[in-house]
Amino acid sequence: MKHLEAIGKYFIMVWEVFKKPTKWPIMKSLILKEIDELIYGSMGIIVFISFFIGGVVTIQTALNLNSPLLPKSLIGFATRQSVILEFAPTFTSIIMAGKVGSYITSSIGTMRVTEQIDALEVMGVNSLNYLVFPKIIATMMYPFAVAISMFVGILGGWIAAVFGGYAPSGEFIKGLQLDFDSFHVTYAFIKSVVFAFIIATVPSFHGFYMRGGALEVGKASTTSFVWTSVVIIITNYILTQLLLG
Amino acid sequence: MIEVENVHKSFGNNHVLKGISTVFEKGKTNLIIGQSGSGKTVFLKCLLGLFEPDEGQICYNGQYYSELSTSERRDLRQEMGMVFQGSALFDSMTVEGNVMFPLDMFTKQSKSEMQDRVDFVLKRVNLIDAHKRYPSEISGGMQKRVAIARAIVMNPKYLFCDEPNSGLDPKTAILIDNLIHEITQEYDITTIINTHDMNSVMEIGEKIIFLKNGYKEWEGTNKEIFKTDNEAVTDFVYSSELFKKVRQMYIEERN
Repeated sequence: MKHLEAIGKYFIMVWEVFKKPTKWPIMKSLILKEIDELIYGSMGIIVFISFFIGGVVTIQTALNLNSPLLPKSLIGFATRQSVILEFAPTFTSIIMAGKVGSYITSSIGTMRVTEQIDALEVMGVNSLNYLVFPKIIATMMYPFAVAISMFVGILGGWIAAVFGGYAPSGEFIKGLQLDFDSFHVTYAFIKSVVFAFIIATVPSFHGFYMRGGALEVGKASTTSFVWTSVVIIITNYILTQLLLG
Repeated sequence: MIEVENVHKSFGNNHVLKGISTVFEKGKTNLIIGQSGSGKTVFLKCLLGLFEPDEGQICYNGQYYSELSTSERRDLRQEMGMVFQGSALFDSMTVEGNVMFPLDMFTKQSKSEMQDRVDFVLKRVNLIDAHKRYPSEISGGMQKRVAIARAIVMNPKYLFCDEPNSGLDPKTAILIDNLIHEITQEYDITTIINTHDMNSVMEIGEKIIFLKNGYKEWEGTNKEIFKTDNEAVTDFVYSSELFKKVRQMYIEERN
């Protein structure tokens, strides 16, 4: 019952975010600031993780394809499919739920605790629009980060394959081009837009409606990470069934 | 002027406000006092429109809040200034940014007009060299002054203060009290202050409302509070040894 109430409250919050918009010049600067904080500030960790995940996927695939009848190009094929379909959009989103999500919850939660949200409300500002809307728009840039993650992941795989001696460069690249379906990239981008919306709104919900002090801000950040991850995983299943099933 | 008529407010089974009626006059410093848990903050939040009363009415210069549309309520909010207990300054903005924020959000003034207004109000609260500093870089007393500057920058008709001098040393607390009182008279604002501080009561309490367990137990002026026989009020006012001695001296003087 409590969870149902929270889900209802979440959708009401999302509705409120789009009401009574803040003046465009102010909103524009808020959006740019959030793009810098949420997307640009996360690129380092996204590139780092994607590179090594791509490498690990390649090594594990190569070690499991030990039959001489299987062509080495399958290593490139498996790496491409794994990185584009799952690792870049979903795995990166879980990392972002931790990094960006906890930042969103703690920053909004601290504003709640220190009455800064009340101050906005008293002034007649739609605090949800002012605080959450720029985050939603900023995270819509997330597919660009996912595209970079795809490229770096495959690059990591290529380096691992070639320099680890698992497959020659030509075979790996041949595998990358094998049976390529561009809809898989579209599917990954559709997922990443939906995940971006979840990453912006679920942690905002936990920060905005938290009660208590500094300790509760920490607890809210943890809860928000757990719920953001759960919602991403469930949504991933539903979207995969709908788009590829 | 704000007229409050029989306001009730509950949270679940907790009946916090139990039929409060009073009038807060324009150009006067009105104080709400009472022990912790007496309903002061909830009452202040009802006056601010952050909580809607379950029963009763609040009337702002003849306009009943409950009868206002959403946009009219928003307009009314822009006539209110609020000084929060912890100042509630925006951490990510400088002092200047904090004070300019309401102007930037709600007016169509040019940058130079806004800057002039910000300079004027910061000067009015005696903050000259703090424009570019962040809230974390200034003292508690200065933060309170910035909060007052932000609250008055839009020329509000109503000024609300929630324990404006809590956490301040006695000298700074008196400065803040006097500043609020002067601004109230200078701009003819209806000011309502929520406080525990007996110094504030003595110094600036032109009208005082004493709340107890959600009821309005007593109301009067700072002169009358020392003469009242209301036991709950005298218990609260003379809870410290200092005030007990003051009262004794007052009685001896009167005799």
